[in-house]
Amino acid sequence: MELICPAGTPAAFREAVDAGADAVYCGFRDETNARNFPGLNFTRDELREAIVYAGRNGTQTFVALNTFMRAGDEEIWYRAAADAVALGADALILADFGLMAHVAEHYPDQRLHVSVQASASNVDAINFLVDAFNAKRVVLPRTLTIADIARIAPKIRCEIEVFVFGGLCVMAEGRCSLSSYATGKSPNMNGVCSPASHVRYRKEADELVSELGAYTINRFAAGEAAGYPTLCKGRFDIADEPGYAFEDPVSLDVMGEIDALTAAGVSALKIEGRQRGKAYVAEVVSTLKKALSAKPDDRPALLAHLRGLSEGQKTTSGAYEKRWR
Amino acid sequence: MRFPATLAAPLNVIPVAAIERATSILFRRVMKEHPHLFVRLGEHVGKRFAFMPTDIPLVFVVSPAQPSICVARRTPAPPDADACVEGPIVMLLALLEGRCDADALFFSRDLTVSGDMEAMLAMRNALDDCDIDLPRDLSALAGPLAPIVSRVAESIRQRALTGEVGRWN
Repeated sequence: MELICPAGTPAAFREAVDAGADAVYCGFRDETNARNFPGLNFTRDELREAIVYAGRNGTQTFVALNTFMRAGDEEIWYRAAADAVALGADALILADFGLMAHVAEHYPDQRLHVSVQASASNVDAINFLVDAFNAKRVVLPRTLTIADIARIAPKIRCEIEVFVFGGLCVMAEGRCSLSSYATGKSPNMNGVCSPASHVRYRKEADELVSELGAYTINRFAAGEAAGYPTLCKGRFDIADEPGYAFEDPVSLDVMGEIDALTAAGVSALKIEGRQRGKAYVAEVVSTLKKALSAKPDDRPALLAHLRGLSEGQKTTSGAYEKRWR
Repeated sequence: MRFPATLAAPLNVIPVAAIERATSILFRRVMKEHPHLFVRLGEHVGKRFAFMPTDIPLVFVVSPAQPSICVARRTPAPPDADACVEGPIVMLLALLEGRCDADALFFSRDLTVSGDMEAMLAMRNALDDCDIDLPRDLSALAGPLAPIVSRVAESIRQRALTGEVGRWN
């Protein structure tokens, strides 16, 4: 089982490699990837050095080019693909079918992975991407149960990677327009969900108020664990009762289901969090690496302390078990 | 770990100019060791960033464009800065060194941010990538005593982080 780890900076990249990542995924410092945040990501030179560092340690480097090309500006994405290939990326993680076609045509030997942003969630969709673009791996959307994955796995002709830990999106990956609705910018087109330029925090009495554009996202009471200022994690008045309309501010953790995921046919486990600091990357990667080789009974104790690092300081198994209200 | 009140109290009477002079020496030393520290700020390099420890009566305002650092006494009025981060001094220093995750400290409400979030996020990422190690970077100022100063500083850091940041990292 491979462990695929995030890196938003060269320092985080080195931490992931040193902590035992089998592969590290990262992106360029522009809108070609879905974590296009200020100060984050890699220049071409930084990626070159990172790939060399990873190679020396037997770690692979995946480059995420997982936003959708803007009409008329395709050259930005084509150039990013060309540079990633030239720098020696072990795989490109793509969401846009047009970019997949471009890569398949111009770099037929380049390994291509289907991003979670492509929302390929059934046998026909996945096999189409395998046949059309020679995709070698699909990152499944976080909409499927483990039983669903087990039903899909034997019928598709590529490897399966799933998210097991970290931030959890509302279940419309690649198609979510909530951020775009509130700010005009989305992870799909601009690489930013809830862009920082539209986020404000203010204190109101003892409460922390988070705002996104013109919307109040949440009011956290003193001492209450906070979450990201995204509309999908917003607490709104519904029939005069405040509540989470879309999903609670919690993070994904299905590391307790490693054996079931393996049995279902999963070959790689992915950690979300390119926007997180290097301390987070080091801690999560090393802990999950230990959990992979630990006995099932020993895993809960290993994983328990990671909850404190998570959004809302809570975790969920999300759609993998579909136990929500 | 909160900075002991007994140690913080003298900071109310020591002239700010003296504190600022000492802080500037340390700041320049860090900049000398990490000349590319603020490259990741990009378009935000001209902004002013306030670091407001909640357990000492001072505010530190960094202007990356110069680069320079100003020190002022903490007052109820917001500091003259584009973006602010507040938290215990140990956590702010741990953030400076990338030894704890800013998002985790935000989720746990140990850290409060306000103002220009884009600029603050860029600053967070710039610091996180820079591998600052204060005992190592600053001990050179001690000349021949550098190894001793470095060891003492590392010991203090270890004790401070074991109590607080160790909860996460």
